[in-house]
Amino acid sequence: MDNRIYDAAVIGGGVIGCAAARELSRYKLDVVVLERESDVCEGTSKANSAIIHAGFDAMPGTLKARFNVEGNKMMDSVSKELDIPFTRNGAMVVCWKESELETLEKLYERGLQNGVEGLRILKGDEARELEPSLSPQVYAALYAPTSGIVCPFEMTIAFAENACANGAQFELMTEVTAIKREDDIFVISTTKGEFRARVVLNCAGVYADAVHNMVETPDFSITARKGEYMLLDKSAGSTVSATIFQVPSEMGKGVLVSPTVHGNLIVGPTAKDIGDKEDISTTRAGLDAVKSVSARSVSGVPYNKVITSFSGLRATGSTGDFIIRDCGCFIDAAGIESPGLSSAPAIAVYLTQLVCERLHPEKKQDFDPIRKGIPKLAQLGYDERERLIKERPDYGQIVCRCEQISEGEILDSIRRPLGATTLDGVKRRVRAGMGRCQAGFCSPRVIELLAQELDIPLWEVKKNG
Amino acid sequence: MDKHSLVIIGGGPAGMAAAVEARKNGIDDIVIYERDDRLGGILNQCIHNGFGLHTFKEELTGPEYAGRFIEQTEQLGIHFETGSMVLSVSRDKEITVVSRDKGLKTVKADAVILAMGCRERPHGALNIPGMRPQGIYTAGTAQKMVNCEGWVPGKEVVILGSGDIGLIMARRMTLEGAHVKLVAELMPYSGGLKRNIVQCLDDYGIPLKLSHTVTDIKGKRKLEGVTIAEVDKTGAPIPGTEEYYPCDTLLLSCGLIPENELSLGAGVSINGATNGPIVDDRLETDVDGVFACGNVLHVHDLVDFVSEESGRAGRNAAEYIKNGGKKENAPQKISVSPGDGVRYTVPSTIDTANVSENVHLRFRVRDVYKGCSIVVSSGERELLRKKKKIMVPSEMEDVILKKDILSDAQDITVTITGGGV
Repeated sequence: MDNRIYDAAVIGGGVIGCAAARELSRYKLDVVVLERESDVCEGTSKANSAIIHAGFDAMPGTLKARFNVEGNKMMDSVSKELDIPFTRNGAMVVCWKESELETLEKLYERGLQNGVEGLRILKGDEARELEPSLSPQVYAALYAPTSGIVCPFEMTIAFAENACANGAQFELMTEVTAIKREDDIFVISTTKGEFRARVVLNCAGVYADAVHNMVETPDFSITARKGEYMLLDKSAGSTVSATIFQVPSEMGKGVLVSPTVHGNLIVGPTAKDIGDKEDISTTRAGLDAVKSVSARSVSGVPYNKVITSFSGLRATGSTGDFIIRDCGCFIDAAGIESPGLSSAPAIAVYLTQLVCERLHPEKKQDFDPIRKGIPKLAQLGYDERERLIKERPDYGQIVCRCEQISEGEILDSIRRPLGATTLDGVKRRVRAGMGRCQAGFCSPRVIELLAQELDIPLWEVKKNG
Repeated sequence: MDKHSLVIIGGGPAGMAAAVEARKNGIDDIVIYERDDRLGGILNQCIHNGFGLHTFKEELTGPEYAGRFIEQTEQLGIHFETGSMVLSVSRDKEITVVSRDKGLKTVKADAVILAMGCRERPHGALNIPGMRPQGIYTAGTAQKMVNCEGWVPGKEVVILGSGDIGLIMARRMTLEGAHVKLVAELMPYSGGLKRNIVQCLDDYGIPLKLSHTVTDIKGKRKLEGVTIAEVDKTGAPIPGTEEYYPCDTLLLSCGLIPENELSLGAGVSINGATNGPIVDDRLETDVDGVFACGNVLHVHDLVDFVSEESGRAGRNAAEYIKNGGKKENAPQKISVSPGDGVRYTVPSTIDTANVSENVHLRFRVRDVYKGCSIVVSSGERELLRKKKKIMVPSEMEDVILKKDILSDAQDITVTITGGGV
């Protein structure tokens, strides 16, 4: 049992929990993050569209609208401070009929009210000029230049690493089982003993309702809404340059087609409410739907170049909006479905304000907002790459041939604070195994490196969890 | 920038055979770049026997077969650099390579031989519905774990795909004490050699279910089981035929893909049927002085054929270098096309004005053919007809076109005629 009394306990090491931990670490606060998995970024944050939305979709006045637009604006500085890839590649919402133009105009108006900049409505041909792969059936498009793409793994991990560097404590494999209020302290029972905290932040994703109900009156629920995706080889990555959404229609909400920030192509998601919050399986019907629905907006997606398919669970709240509020030192950040990733930086600031109103902490003088990522050798110029290899010869030893990831980068990913302990952990930090052979060639070597660094036998190295 | 006469990318069986022949044909300044820490390529993990019957007239294991070529490579004083990964090849034959010891460097070559081999089609590319737990490996990855790293990834095994590596691993896992429940194959015929079905499945009582596939995968962290169903002629699962197999390991042997990312970077055109470069009878790609051989060109069944083909690439590259890239006669290219029943041919063109040696025409058939003939025709003229008892897609066909019948040949088509499917 941990007798310390933390100022703030963050439940959940997803993008919201990690971003909140980083914001909280600006203050003289004892912060602990409790995460049930062996790594951060193991739930919704690892399996989503990886889009930083512009912010025209949410109804004006909602928390979704507010935090999306604020979060989007923060991404330039956040990505610089945290050294994570982020590109404003723009987005289009396409429609097929004149009658659907009204919906585009509504989105345009909504965007203006939400404070989204640079929105334009394009005729079909104008849109095709920008995006030649758009279907000939596309009638018009709403264009949003501020929409962007990001690596959700690196974003979440970077928030966590920076929080950690600034003193936040991370407790992994620590699943919260019960919470009790004792006077003005919360006693949090977990699979790794009890933790005590003055303030609790509920960032528990699809389980935020269950965590809320451990200590507060049940007044909302979270449904897991499954989304299935396909990811294509980098040789298909330039099929489109902007993120292509479909206008909601009688055919449903549609799927998006987008380049990823690493140059792959992502297509999806489906949307299906499911009962089992652990069910991240893909289905034949879902994958077939991704293919057929995407063809309405983008022609010629080369589905013979799929390198993986996956599904993620959105934490859909029963209120329709994000549920972010202080219930008396127990602070909910629940129902964080799309645009949750985009909103994360702004939600984190707001959550921290709520904590500050309770605890009135001082700012840390020595808070360092800068996190330096692992060097990405394959993306560096010739001279810079050569210089780094001279310094560290293991940066010259390629282990993952598809993504050209070196042994040095893999070792860095394991040795860093909050380092990788699983194959998936390495993959999400440095992309070894993320390429077209999907770890066929590199996994035996990555397993060896993990075993060596963690001092465990080869057969105890795990893929995940 | 350093210069070399010949740069060979890949130190597996293809790269070494090419190097040996180029050296024997008078090229001194050769360098082989190999990404692994030793020469031999994928043979190093193929510890089973059955290699070398054509080349050495004896039965060797993979490492032994590789060893024969490593010896020759060393005896001939051919320079090779291991731990060296080629990052790019340009159209004008500048090669950028990275290694731990030498860092990053770019060299220029008179000729390049592409010999990078192939990779396995991964789980993700198969779009199998279900979960993605630990315990799913391509057969070759599992082979490396068992044979090189010395540990067995599971005890209760299902194998999807009947490619040769999958069949070999069915036997290997059995010998290591695992229980291989079945091999499921989507197609109505096996993807591997007949001899491997007999020696690796039949001899151990492992069932092979043709026209079957995996339709669901269970297990969040660790694999718990797979659902296998029969498929119809279009490959779609037939409802009601599902059977659940509890297992902790699923091995995949669902096809090999020539690894041509470097070739594409050099501007080499790729054949959609083989996923390998389009080459002429000298195994030269459509980029001048860039040759290809082995599994990067098209996936072979036997390493012996890889060595033979790669030797030709080495000889032709040597001639190219000695002639300064010039041809003896003005080129006269005719096409070689797959006709009825043929999926692809290698080569795709023949320069009839400069044929250096008899042309090996290699191809795969589309389906199973019994009592049919291979017909190679040039316009109205039949150049060659060969009767075959049986032809299957998993076994590569090989016919030799004599040099003298090609001199006045027109565009060539290869077809399968007569008999029945």
